[in-house]
Amino acid sequence: MTLGLINANPVVHAKKERVARTEEPHDDDAIDPLEIYEYVRDIRDPEHPYSLEQLSVLSEESITVDEKLGRILITFTPTIQHCSMATVIGLCLREKLKDCFHPHFKVDIKVAPGSHADEESVNKQLNDKERVAAALEIPNLRQLVDECLYSSEL
Amino acid sequence: MADPTQWVKHVELYVNSSSTAAQQEASVDAIANLLKNDLLTLEALVREMEMYLTTTDSIIRSRGILLLAELLTQLRSKRLNDASIESLIGFFTERLADWKALRGAIVGCLSLLRRKSHVGVVTDDKVKAVVQSYLQNLQVQSLGQHDRKLCFQLMECLLDRYPAAVRDLGDNLIYGICEAIDGERDPQCLMLSFRIVEILAGLFPGPSGPLADFAGDLFGILGCYFPIHFTHPKEEDVDVKREELSRALMLTYASTPLFAPFSIPLLLEKLSSSLPLTKVESFKYLSYCTSKYGVDRMAEHFETLWSSVKDATYVSPQTNLSTEVGFMSEMGFQDSDIMKQAFVLLQELVQQSNGSFISLILDDEDIKIFMNSLNQYEDFDNIPIDIRQRLHAVGRIISVCVNTSIASCNKVFESFFPLLMTYLGLSVAEPHENSCLAEDYNPPGRLNFGALYLCVEVLSACRYLVGSDELTPIPDFANQTWCVMLHNVSKSLATVFVSLLRSNVAENSQNAYICYGVKGLQNLAMFPGSLLAVSKSTYDSILLKLMSVVTSDINKTFLWTLAMNALVEIGSFLDKCPDSERLSSYESIVVEKIFSLISSDDLTMPVSLKLQAAFEIGATGINFMLRVVEGLDEAISATLSAVYAHGNRKSVEPTIKLLEYYSNKVLPWFHKSGGSEEIPLNFALSIWDKIENNRSFNLDSLENELLDATMMAMKQAVGSCSEGSQEKIINKALGVLLSSNCLEWMKSISGNTQSEVEGLQQIHKLDSFAIRDEWITSLIASIVIALCPQTYIQNGKFILQFFITTLLNGHVPSAQALGSLVNKLPLKITGTPLSKNLCLDEAVDMIFHSCIWTSYNGSTYERGSSEIDLSSLRLCSLSPESDKIHATIGLAWIGKGLLMRGHEKVKDITMTLLNCMISDGDRGSLPNSKHPSLVCNDEDLHHQLMKSAADAFHIIMSDSESCLNKRYHATIRPLYKQRFSNTVMPILSTLMLKYDSPSIRSMLCRAIAYVVSDTPLTAILSEAKKLIPLLLDCLSMMVEDITNKEIIYSVLLVISGILVDKNGQDAVAENAHSIVNQLIELTTYPHMMVIRETAVQCLVAVSELPHTRIYPLRTQVLRAMLKALDDPKWVVRQEAVRCRQAWASIASRSLHF
Repeated sequence: MTLGLINANPVVHAKKERVARTEEPHDDDAIDPLEIYEYVRDIRDPEHPYSLEQLSVLSEESITVDEKLGRILITFTPTIQHCSMATVIGLCLREKLKDCFHPHFKVDIKVAPGSHADEESVNKQLNDKERVAAALEIPNLRQLVDECLYSSEL
Repeated sequence: MADPTQWVKHVELYVNSSSTAAQQEASVDAIANLLKNDLLTLEALVREMEMYLTTTDSIIRSRGILLLAELLTQLRSKRLNDASIESLIGFFTERLADWKALRGAIVGCLSLLRRKSHVGVVTDDKVKAVVQSYLQNLQVQSLGQHDRKLCFQLMECLLDRYPAAVRDLGDNLIYGICEAIDGERDPQCLMLSFRIVEILAGLFPGPSGPLADFAGDLFGILGCYFPIHFTHPKEEDVDVKREELSRALMLTYASTPLFAPFSIPLLLEKLSSSLPLTKVESFKYLSYCTSKYGVDRMAEHFETLWSSVKDATYVSPQTNLSTEVGFMSEMGFQDSDIMKQAFVLLQELVQQSNGSFISLILDDEDIKIFMNSLNQYEDFDNIPIDIRQRLHAVGRIISVCVNTSIASCNKVFESFFPLLMTYLGLSVAEPHENSCLAEDYNPPGRLNFGALYLCVEVLSACRYLVGSDELTPIPDFANQTWCVMLHNVSKSLATVFVSLLRSNVAENSQNAYICYGVKGLQNLAMFPGSLLAVSKSTYDSILLKLMSVVTSDINKTFLWTLAMNALVEIGSFLDKCPDSERLSSYESIVVEKIFSLISSDDLTMPVSLKLQAAFEIGATGINFMLRVVEGLDEAISATLSAVYAHGNRKSVEPTIKLLEYYSNKVLPWFHKSGGSEEIPLNFALSIWDKIENNRSFNLDSLENELLDATMMAMKQAVGSCSEGSQEKIINKALGVLLSSNCLEWMKSISGNTQSEVEGLQQIHKLDSFAIRDEWITSLIASIVIALCPQTYIQNGKFILQFFITTLLNGHVPSAQALGSLVNKLPLKITGTPLSKNLCLDEAVDMIFHSCIWTSYNGSTYERGSSEIDLSSLRLCSLSPESDKIHATIGLAWIGKGLLMRGHEKVKDITMTLLNCMISDGDRGSLPNSKHPSLVCNDEDLHHQLMKSAADAFHIIMSDSESCLNKRYHATIRPLYKQRFSNTVMPILSTLMLKYDSPSIRSMLCRAIAYVVSDTPLTAILSEAKKLIPLLLDCLSMMVEDITNKEIIYSVLLVISGILVDKNGQDAVAENAHSIVNQLIELTTYPHMMVIRETAVQCLVAVSELPHTRIYPLRTQVLRAMLKALDDPKWVVRQEAVRCRQAWASIASRSLHF
């Protein structure tokens, strides 16, 4: 590939310190945004050897859960407006959550309002079951997603 | 003389390049032995070897020379005559030119040169010849690594052992060495070459010697190694650590001042590197070089050095906020390594420079401006973080200057102290000017925090200066400038610090002020009295203030802890540097106050805080502790009287706390500090006195906690006594026992051994003990539990009988005491055998012979027979089931005692217990086994009996906190658990096969689970193949009952231990299917989260088994994990995700199935 990077020089942020969960048993151990965040923060960016957390694509605040209704909503912020990798990031998130949570959760993945030039179509692509399945059938894309999910380059 | 044909074959073998290394080594050894025993002379050998040494075939020649060299190495401690040494060294020297057969020549030179003087050494002339040949012929850098190493070793040896001989070579030598080490990269060779340069520098110390001309060139070679940095950190052959290499290089740099013109600029330049490691190293090298080069060399660099130190510490400080919350509070910065090293350099410079460097610091504009600007940041909360960092840095710089030397301390005081005092509103000039500060002085507005901080730092640095031992003779501190200044302000300073503690503002915003207030007081109080810096009245008022905080400000936790710590520090300082005047102040103000605190029953201060304060203060010195213990004793005695005599319920809880503190803190402290045993002895005796004097107890039977605490304290006390004292205690206790009602109660039984039935009914008729009797029994049991094996027990038989009786009443401590007795009794009584003395065999006889264990058919137990008829050890079927349960528990403890000392009778007890567990099956065959009055709940009771028999295995296998452990002097044979498990497990597993009845099987499972979970894992691993099916049975059996969850968990832990072990994995592979099934069932176990978690973790471990075994189970596991993803607990969900990934990846990434 001779194409240059889409965002050649991203701003890298510090990793937040991991909060150790208290071991003591308490009654309410429901799924909370932090738990989800723990799973997705280390997904690697498709372009750079940094995690989504380091590039500030995700934060704990951008995740909401409603356990009763079984819904998870993740809003992420692509590093630049025209990031064509936004859909790949979204796919990664969806794959990761599928691995880590019971299928009865409905997962919505969106780009943060105003953070992407083509916000509406990205959102539509990411939340369309058929399109997601179709996208993951493409070998190159599948490989890219797997690399991001299981990479140990960080 | 040995026959040449004998050893020539060894030579041939060695020279032959196709023989193995081991063969070659063996042949060297063989020839060396001949030489050592004079069966072969060196001359004969050399003559015979001539062909090998001179042949034109370079391979054979090199082997031959090497053989000769190796032989010489082996003969290093054998005396050789001068002529042979001379000719040999001549030969090797000449051979140095033979580059094709070099190694032998180097090894030969090396082994000859390393010889000790009494076995013949090489003469200086020859040494010179070696060096010349070395310099002329060796191209070190063109050789391989091993040869280079040998070359360097040779050079090191030459320089080290023959300095006089090599020194004459001068320039040539230095030049040769430069050439040899130039471009070296191997860590081992580098270590040697650094060492060579170091020795070389020692050879030519003078500024006009040959080294002076070459210093630049030599350093040019060395300079490029700084800083030592390994590019491949994880190479296999890192037998040389980076730190070692770096240290060697540092020694080389500092080896001669001649390097100074080159090294200092290099190091200074490297300081500006952006790599932290480089900076740390540079500072380290600089401080070391400063100490070696001397001030004169360094003086020209002082300004640059100061500015770089300032740069690293003050201008761009790199500190981390300390994670330790609390004590140091807001200013708790932790220096980075760079800063630490920079301060080390600073200290070195100040110490070496005799005042010229310190003036550089004191005149520094930046520091001055900073000091003058302190006024801007009055309130702590308004100080921005970078200013705080600077404040910290300045504090550190000043303290380094202060604690380095008296002169520098004086200078700092002269230039900064008045300013600091002005900020705090004080004057250093004359003491009376500050007298206007009244006792209840309150600072106007907020105190200048910066000044406060620096002032406290300076004080603690002064204290360090005074306390350092290096100053000999002890200088006259009292007349030093700083001391006079401090003397003038100390009283007012103390007032200022005290005022900080008094503030009633919300606590957290004041933390920093409080922290430094207390710290200041602490520092003031820790100046030795001889210094006159702090007067006695000031000292007293400081102690009074801190003490008043401890007694009254109990709600301000932060302040309280700080004050407490300060008092402890002051106390331990007094213990280290005793000072009679200070000591008496401390005793009268602090210790006496604490004493009156504990002994009074004033409840304004919680008991636990009182005790904490008492213990911490006491722990600073033995005399303080004795006084504190006196108070504790009084308090315990008073509250116990209140409880016993008047049934005072309110006193129960404080008493428990006092006793717990006594047993958990005070007694261990005495034990550790090697204090006298009088304390525990007196404590134990006084408790018995209390019981003796109170004939009737006014207690509810519910006060079990108090009894437990007393027993605990009693055990601890007895356990830390010597045998003699233990005898005193047990005699005292026996006296009390004999005068109590227990005795009558006993007599009614002991006379009835003939008619068992009657006796048993007697037991049953007797009601449970009176409260006082229960106390006496329990406490005697505690004493017996904690006795040493050597302690002589008077009246042992009586005690044994007594415990057997009480045991049947369900008194567990008695059972434990019996266990301890059989564990510790001597095998044979030495000396005059008294009828009342007891030895082990007798005791065991008595126990087995007692009425509860006799057989139902009346067959008597034969004394003296080596084997015990198993049927005679049955629990008497006529006794009621509830008694049998108690007897089983007793048997368990006795069995444990016997097992731990390795006594064989434990087998009989095991068999009895096993019979008890399986008695369900043959119950029908027992005629009249049911006591008529107990028919209704017999079924239930019988089940309980079986259960207690199974639980007995838990008692036998597990470690107990309350008895039979190291603390209570138990006899412990190594590996006793393993041995027991090895004998019992086969029996249990055959029984499992034999019985079908579910109730029996479940009991067997219980026993198996207990035994397995306490067996060391290594013992289990060897049996894993057999055990796994059994354990799986256990799990499926026990999963039904909620009360079994603890056992299930421990079995699961054993399984997981097997699964993660390599050998275990091989053993369990066949059973993978059933293991997975059982684990999957446990992943939904509703009663205990850790069981689910561990089950999922075990499944992860299973995924490591061979694929052929586990692949078919994949879908099953993935489905179960999908369920586990919905677990209510976070930990389980997280493990489930891991498990899913592990199983998904054994085929493809896909989680679909």
